[in-house]
Amino acid sequence: MDERLAADLVAVLDKRRVRVESLELALYARDASVIEGRAGVVVFPNSTDEVQAVVRVARAHGVPIVPRGSGTGLAGGSVPLDGAVVIVTTHMDRILEIDEEERVAWVQPGVLNLDLSRAVAHLGLHFAPDPSSQQSCTIGGNVANNSGGPHCLAYGVTSAHVLAVEVVLPDGSLTMLGGLDPDPPGYDLRGAFVGSEGTMGIATRIAVRLTPLPPAVRTMLADFPTVEGAAAAVSGIIAAGILPAALEMMDAEITRAVEAYVHAGFPTDAAAVLLVEVDGLPDGVDAATVQIDEVCRDHGARHVRVAADLAERALLWKGRKSAFGAIARIAPNYYLHDAVVPRTRLVEVLTKVYEIAERHSLVMMNVFHAGDGNLHPLIVFDRRVEGVMERVHAAGTEIIEACVAAGGVLSGEHGIGLEKRDFMHLIFSPDDLDAQARLREAFDPNGTCNPQKVLPAGARCGDLQRIPEGAWI
Amino acid sequence: MDLNGDDLSGDGLSGDDPVVAVGGCTQFTPPAGVRQVRAPAGIVAYEPAEMTVRVRAGTVVAELAEALAAHGQMAALDPAVPDAATVGGVLAAGESGLRRLRYGPVRDTLLEARFVSAEGRMVKAGGPVVKNVSGFDLCRLLVGSRGTLGVLAEVVVRLQPRPAVSRWLMGAADPFAVRRRLYRPSSVLWDGEITWVLLEGHPSDVSAEASALGRGFVDAVGPPPRPPHRWSMRPSALPALAASASAGLDGAFVAEVGVGTVHRDRPQPVRPVDPLHERVRALFDPGRRFAAA
Repeated sequence: MDERLAADLVAVLDKRRVRVESLELALYARDASVIEGRAGVVVFPNSTDEVQAVVRVARAHGVPIVPRGSGTGLAGGSVPLDGAVVIVTTHMDRILEIDEEERVAWVQPGVLNLDLSRAVAHLGLHFAPDPSSQQSCTIGGNVANNSGGPHCLAYGVTSAHVLAVEVVLPDGSLTMLGGLDPDPPGYDLRGAFVGSEGTMGIATRIAVRLTPLPPAVRTMLADFPTVEGAAAAVSGIIAAGILPAALEMMDAEITRAVEAYVHAGFPTDAAAVLLVEVDGLPDGVDAATVQIDEVCRDHGARHVRVAADLAERALLWKGRKSAFGAIARIAPNYYLHDAVVPRTRLVEVLTKVYEIAERHSLVMMNVFHAGDGNLHPLIVFDRRVEGVMERVHAAGTEIIEACVAAGGVLSGEHGIGLEKRDFMHLIFSPDDLDAQARLREAFDPNGTCNPQKVLPAGARCGDLQRIPEGAWI
Repeated sequence: MDLNGDDLSGDGLSGDDPVVAVGGCTQFTPPAGVRQVRAPAGIVAYEPAEMTVRVRAGTVVAELAEALAAHGQMAALDPAVPDAATVGGVLAAGESGLRRLRYGPVRDTLLEARFVSAEGRMVKAGGPVVKNVSGFDLCRLLVGSRGTLGVLAEVVVRLQPRPAVSRWLMGAADPFAVRRRLYRPSSVLWDGEITWVLLEGHPSDVSAEASALGRGFVDAVGPPPRPPHRWSMRPSALPALAASASAGLDGAFVAEVGVGTVHRDRPQPVRPVDPLHERVRALFDPGRRFAAA
């Protein structure tokens, strides 16, 4: 540990908010993934000024910085490497302003996702992105990861709900990206910053769009004897011209685990269940409910249950959102994957994913955002078993390759971080990666902000003289 | 030389002479004396159950809309002149449509872009699926970049189901109260006196919402004609604009209530930007090949 660095940080914050104890350093050396790094110092600024001061001190010492919210990330995006300064934003947790007429809220980055929706519920509004970790993840973290969630199917991911971001750039200067007017001048640097996984600066104030709560909502649970039938029903619903608010699938293993955990009446003998929600004006919602019921039965659903009231609806969602709590009863560790495939290839990819798990003798469950093709294969294991981690990683690599082979992408909501950085070449050419590296270089020319994340080494310094297979299309 | 037609060999942007990317030229007049580059046209792949379409950037918006409508779908591309504007042109101009209040800005519609860089390389941004956080979001950066970072060649855009019913109404009413009363109307327009509302969705929901507007509203054939220039203003600034317009201090306008786009008879003054924008441009186009259309 660099004592002069810590002393300089104490000078701009205070002793309590600059932590160098081994317990703290160990705690902040990891996120919710299985990846572990090494933190040099952990700091907890209270204000934009303090974030700027910390960034400048770290810069003066030539030490990289790593922004961090609640640490619920699953791809190692906020894992510090090589003794970086971890800047934790959880103390910056105030909702600064709520404008009911403009439907905009200004928040500090440490505000928890669900806390914002709770704070504006009495106005008939909510913050639409709803990742499963919404009780504990921060809005700053949502911005960094362009977070999704079940209801992003109809409402769009975080990027669609962020209007402006005040950012401390890696050189310590302050800038505002985006704005409250519809088309701020210049490039959409707001859009470029959202999802940049902490590599382009630290958000210190965020203006988010608030969305009206729908006047009518129906939540349905459809029970299928085959995974293929459930997946075909997903395509059938989309093809019928319905864009549900959410369209989730759970396979047999996870359904049984969840039912044992929450007792919501999930069918324990189903091969797969679909949780479908439609919302909007009442007659359109009723019509869509009838249509979805028909599509599900046409694809072999044994039963379609419509939640009778708010309590039943809440219970069904509790089942979906507590899936990861439920599996803790099965095995001590899990590895949650995240990839997206074209919706019409779901059946084919799922079949491959199960084969991969079987070949590696691993227990695999699937609970995912079927409506947008966002798979979340979940491998449960006990890491004390010798050799299991090798099998978990080998299976993970094969799952990614299968998704890419089907025309998919590496991540739908967890991000690239460290976990998938070295898979980026599977979907991007050297020229593609070079363009992304140029964007990052504009924000962070010295590469001191969350270095080594997202882009593989050498992305920017590819051989520019190389002539690619340069067809127009 | 155009990049249109059968010759897609990639030679069109070799060399280092200045070029300007043009679409239908409905929003901008290209600078004189600069070589114009056009993207090819045509739908490459369309699978309705995917609710996405892969299309060459030079495709005219109205032609794409017709192909999608045959399957009950639409793209949230609503340019002022759909018979001339191209898909790539609308994206490069960042021209959101009148239904932005409901369907969001045009920037959210782009999933994947293939563009030709200043060095003449074909570069891919994003991916063909509806949800994707694999790498930095160059698609957002490209929308509204006016051809200064690269020339859009082919894109994948997100689609929506077409609403069963679309109905324009007009009446003399407070547009802000109208917007508060309705659940997610597709458009609320206001010229300082008259309010236009676009309701879309299930027929009986649309009827109920139309009734809720009150007897002051009658059916309209469509939106009002708009002055040619688009201003970007905070939605909360609209009442003050109307007050100065009615006092004769400002010309005619049509404002998109809840959005802040205001259609006016003169262009919005140039607004300053952070030097960061110039750094981005310099890294993508160090030799300043791309003239802004």
